[in-house]
Amino acid sequence: MASGNGHQEWREETIHVDDLDLTLIKGGSGRPLLVLHEELGWPGWLKWNSTLAQRHLLLIPQHPGFGRTPRSEWISSVRDLAGFYARYLAEQNLAPIDAIGFSLGGWIAAEMAACNPSQFRKLVLVAPMGIRPREGVILDFFQLMAPKHLYATVYDPDATPEFDNLYGGQGPEQFEGWEEARAQTARLAWTPFMHNPSLPHLLGIASNLSTLLIWGKEDRVVPPTVAAQFKEVMKSARLVTFDRCGHRPEVERTVDFIREVEAFLE
Amino acid sequence: MHLMYFTERPYRYVPNDEVIKTGFFGIENRHFDPVKGGQLLNEYLDEKVLAEELGFDGVMLNEHHDTAFCMGSVMDVEASILARITKKVKIVLLGNPLPIVGNPLRLAEELGMIDMISGGRLVAGWVRGGGSEQFASNANPAFNREYFNEAHEVVIQAWTRPGPFRYEGKHFHYRFIDPWCLPIQKPHPPIWIPGLLSPETVMWCAQHRYPYIALATFLEPTVELWDIYRDAAAAEGYQVGPENFGYLQKVYVAETDEKAREIAKWDMFGGAGIGYSLFGQPQWMFPPGYNSKEATRRIARQFTDPHADKKSPWAGLADGTTTSKIADAQVKTRSAVWQDSGPIDVEATRKQIFEAFPAVERAMQVICGTPDTVIPKLRTVLEVLRPGIFAFWQNDGPISKEDRLNNIRLIAKEVMPAVREIGRELGLTSPFEVKPGSRPLKGNRPESVGSLEPLQRLNGQTTAHA
Repeated sequence: MASGNGHQEWREETIHVDDLDLTLIKGGSGRPLLVLHEELGWPGWLKWNSTLAQRHLLLIPQHPGFGRTPRSEWISSVRDLAGFYARYLAEQNLAPIDAIGFSLGGWIAAEMAACNPSQFRKLVLVAPMGIRPREGVILDFFQLMAPKHLYATVYDPDATPEFDNLYGGQGPEQFEGWEEARAQTARLAWTPFMHNPSLPHLLGIASNLSTLLIWGKEDRVVPPTVAAQFKEVMKSARLVTFDRCGHRPEVERTVDFIREVEAFLE
Repeated sequence: MHLMYFTERPYRYVPNDEVIKTGFFGIENRHFDPVKGGQLLNEYLDEKVLAEELGFDGVMLNEHHDTAFCMGSVMDVEASILARITKKVKIVLLGNPLPIVGNPLRLAEELGMIDMISGGRLVAGWVRGGGSEQFASNANPAFNREYFNEAHEVVIQAWTRPGPFRYEGKHFHYRFIDPWCLPIQKPHPPIWIPGLLSPETVMWCAQHRYPYIALATFLEPTVELWDIYRDAAAAEGYQVGPENFGYLQKVYVAETDEKAREIAKWDMFGGAGIGYSLFGQPQWMFPPGYNSKEATRRIARQFTDPHADKKSPWAGLADGTTTSKIADAQVKTRSAVWQDSGPIDVEATRKQIFEAFPAVERAMQVICGTPDTVIPKLRTVLEVLRPGIFAFWQNDGPISKEDRLNNIRLIAKEVMPAVREIGRELGLTSPFEVKPGSRPLKGNRPESVGSLEPLQRLNGQTTAHA
């Protein structure tokens, strides 16, 4: 997970928030960018991190109960998690901040926006969960073993150069990490499954928030049609979609992804 | 000794090919005919009445969901009927899956009614439920242990604490607990806990002085688990006895060894031709947050091993197989790594599973034959485990009604008397004779109940347990 030239571009910090020691991955310099990871955990420092870190200070918390951040008994929903991060931003004087959320992380960001959109300067949502699809369903990855879930997140693993680098590989250690992540995701969103029925109603408060939605046209995890449902309530949102791309545009279409995000965050 | 009759009550008409392709959970229910199902359920209730007439002390029920393996989807319905149509047998429920019941107060009321109607003959028991049961009831598997502990607390309080009272837990909340259907047995019906040797559960049983019933587990690890119970009991200040332990043993008896073996070999597929060797698919057996860290670590190794054997785990187990290899095959089957290699060759898999039967028989996972053949083997099991509760697990697989009844009759008339005699000789006291947890601890070192010595003696004579 180090950069190509051999020196590590990120470091790990611990921030105390309420009763928790939040593990934070921090790298780069510039205007802070909050990165909220997805439901299998933090996939590691990838090319897109490396590139964005040249102009942004990336702040990547490992969600409570994922990776190296311990679980907190009182966090029992994604909205609780959104409140937890709202407190983190307030206590660290980080708001209004730029943020990017992936999948579950997109849902967390959307909940934060639905509560208080002024926490954000600009928001990027990459195939976010949180709204129940009008057509189809969010992939029930609780009925898949983690390796199969991982394969389902990309359109074509062979055409995804960094696929084998996700999570640092696919060994027993990663498997155990995925199981921890799946367990915590189940605690947060076993039912209703990966959505909150009140989110589309409350998200209307964020209609003026400058938002970029990014979706792969071949996303098998969250149906691409959900983008329109987000746009209905987040009226300022702009949608970018990629061909031959699944649920991970940041590794499937890395160059295009970085270009779009950089342009948006300017 | 407390002797029980048990069967999974399979839906016997499920096509064996479907079982091999899909496993324990997930076969499409278009293969289920409720008319035939109703006939079977009535047949199984009648078998319990017969078992009572023939002298069994208890009839044991269990519960599974969405599977042909076991038709007892709502075991308490069967238990309610048995409460009325039987007269003296204990109705032993092993067990109600606490994490998936949703409303433990309702469960306390159901069981209270069963105890009342039966005149105080209920033995209650709790399980966590298999992985697939969590899907079948949409119970959050990540809270399985928490649901179990809290539901247990609600049931015990509902039975023992004068109402009305209020209960506010993490998962269960009641404004008003004041049930007007309480068990006759005081302070509450006996509670026995069945399991597959989870140390965590065994220690929990010891702490609560609940007998632990090992479900057809391998003998060696079962003796080890007995000692874990023994030590946890000593920490609670009591000495364990046979009354703290039970064992479920698969037994098939017929007029000839050949006939018994012909019937018993279908046990390789368990209930309706499902089970022993083809339990389920991993995504349903290992839901998120359901397993302990240790179990997750074992699964992790299997799933990520690039050299994992992609052949059926039953291939090549026919001869010279050790107990640990059979155990490995079971774990591999349940993790189904090998199934990832592509579509299953149904015929070849069926053949391999049948070929592994002699090894399973040698490990005494299944005991079959004439009464004269099975009694010495049962003696060994009883000498090794010394359980105060013993259940004959009979009649799984697509066995005809006649053969099922024949098996029950032969066991009752020609095997049970010998087993009772062995029980007396070995001092195998049941929980109805000695209250579990009532033996005082003598000295610093608690005594073991089980012993591997009889097994080693047997191994000295043969290589059956090599």
